[in-house]
Amino acid sequence: MTWTVFMQALGLVFDPYVLIVILASAIFGLFVGCIPGLTATMATALLVPITFFMPPVPAVAAIVTATAMAIFSGDIPGALLRIPGTPASAAYTDEAYAMTLKGEAETALGAGLVFSALGGLFGTLVLIFMAPSLADIALKFSSFEYFWLVVLGLAGAVFIGNSSVLKASISLLLGLLVACAGADNPGAYPRFTFGVTELNGGVSLIPMMVGMFAVSELLRYMVNMDPPAQIAVKKLGRVFAGMWDLLRKYRWPLMRGNVLGVIIGIQPGSGADMASWMSYAMSKKFSKEPEKFGTGHVEGIVESGAANNSSLGGAWIPAIVFGIPGDSITAIAIGVLYLKNMNPGPTIFINNPENIYAIFFVFILANLIMIPLGWLTIKLAVKILQVPRNILMPIILLFCIVGSFAINNTVFGVGTILVFGLAAFLLEENGFPVAPAILGVVLANMMEENFVTSLIKSDGSLTVFFTRPIAMWLAIFTFLIMFWPVFSWAWNKFRR
Amino acid sequence: MKFNDILWGLLLMAVGIAVLADVRTYPEIPGQQYGPRAFPGLLAWLLIGCAVMLIVNGWRERRRHPWVEAGAWLRSASQLRNFALTVAGLVFYIVAAEKLGFLVCGSVMLAALFWSLRVRAVLILPIAVISTFVIHAIFYKGLRVPLPWGLVPILY
Repeated sequence: MTWTVFMQALGLVFDPYVLIVILASAIFGLFVGCIPGLTATMATALLVPITFFMPPVPAVAAIVTATAMAIFSGDIPGALLRIPGTPASAAYTDEAYAMTLKGEAETALGAGLVFSALGGLFGTLVLIFMAPSLADIALKFSSFEYFWLVVLGLAGAVFIGNSSVLKASISLLLGLLVACAGADNPGAYPRFTFGVTELNGGVSLIPMMVGMFAVSELLRYMVNMDPPAQIAVKKLGRVFAGMWDLLRKYRWPLMRGNVLGVIIGIQPGSGADMASWMSYAMSKKFSKEPEKFGTGHVEGIVESGAANNSSLGGAWIPAIVFGIPGDSITAIAIGVLYLKNMNPGPTIFINNPENIYAIFFVFILANLIMIPLGWLTIKLAVKILQVPRNILMPIILLFCIVGSFAINNTVFGVGTILVFGLAAFLLEENGFPVAPAILGVVLANMMEENFVTSLIKSDGSLTVFFTRPIAMWLAIFTFLIMFWPVFSWAWNKFRR
Repeated sequence: MKFNDILWGLLLMAVGIAVLADVRTYPEIPGQQYGPRAFPGLLAWLLIGCAVMLIVNGWRERRRHPWVEAGAWLRSASQLRNFALTVAGLVFYIVAAEKLGFLVCGSVMLAALFWSLRVRAVLILPIAVISTFVIHAIFYKGLRVPLPWGLVPILY
């Protein structure tokens, strides 16, 4: 990064308009994360229609900030109601709630806040140093390598962390097929348009995401039969008391959480949720006091709270360098990058260096302002949790309608959120995960382009896909991930 | 609402076959072996393969899973009403927005959902109208989205 680019990037971030956007999206993210039933992915999907009207840097800044805040803020209802605000907090919800029952809600939430910010900053540093060097290597990639990268990303989304690989594969294939609609293909032939002119340009990405991640969540709320949860405390005291001691005592678990979070984030298809679960399990395994886990012990919250936020920075590495999302949130963010003509890929560091470094600065800023704003949210948490959801949810539905209409100014967008909202609801009810579908939608174009280009280059021969050195290694990694369930099954059988 | 894997498998197989039938009608690109049909064709074959595996799984577990399993919410009148009104609200907006306008459609949809979700009766109309106006102002004035006025005269 040259001095000029550095100054340009700083100028782009410290613009009053961008700062206001960051502040507003931070408050929005903290609020959404804090309300059970509204996830970080939903926060991102709801923001996208608004970012549509912004220049590139504030648009991406809004998403980066809101996501980081929502992932932290999901800890709050976990500790106070025993309901995780976002799935990324689910791993240590019982632990945090047990601390609240012991009268240690402040420590649970303070640790969640401080170590989320530290984890987020660690993830950002890895992103800043790793992305440009990876981009230098990626510049040498041809269509064969890109094809395997996309397959590797999709394999990660299907084969890691899903209870049914078959249903995840089907979800992915449906996503890829939906993205085939329209005339954006080799030959520019209008596929699957059913005579509807609006489909000639393909299914519009933003309404589709709003439908899959917001409308489906609303439908789930509408049919929810759980009784309302009771808030375990009336007032919260000093949030930061004892944090310095925790930092000294748990510096190694913090570091472990940071590193594991980034690694899981980089791996396409797995994000903050999985980082949190794996990190909590690892914390218990390596702890000197594993017997205390589950009884209201802060160690697991320190480690997995850091991991889920550091995974966010990690997930952006393949997203920016290759255009391959690490999880459903970065999949939405990639959609925004394309809309803003900041096409992800290694050349982004050559064509738009100031924009990409500005985004790095936003990551740092978001994690720094998380501390004061998060503190304020914790202080107001008891009030926020009393916001009547029976009023909030219908208003969000109306917001989804306007947001989807705003993209092309037609009610076709509203029809899209209805169809995709119902489809995502039905698929999830039947055990089909939705995340692989959205990764499929985002990556289909890149996959088809590189697949067809490679086939034309090799004159139909498939051997070239395996003979170029980097392509061969990517293929090996892909097959390793695909056959991992078989390997682990065989290993367990052999040990017995 | 859960459907047996055999039903899902049959449905997905039908989708795969329909895609294959459709891509056969796509024109060839002169001088090129691979065109618009290659990728969706490959996806359709993979989908059919997955559908077959799903049917086999469903057949193995046919005793444990009924053909259709209605969720608990389908037996609860209030949850069923909430769900139906959400879907109906969206359909109503699609059909009527141009004629009635955003302010009318939005307020009606919100009021119906508030009623179904048991918001206090005196609050239903004021909150429905005010929140529709606020969202309208943000998008119409702030972001210049041409939301339809319909029956309501242009106010701002």
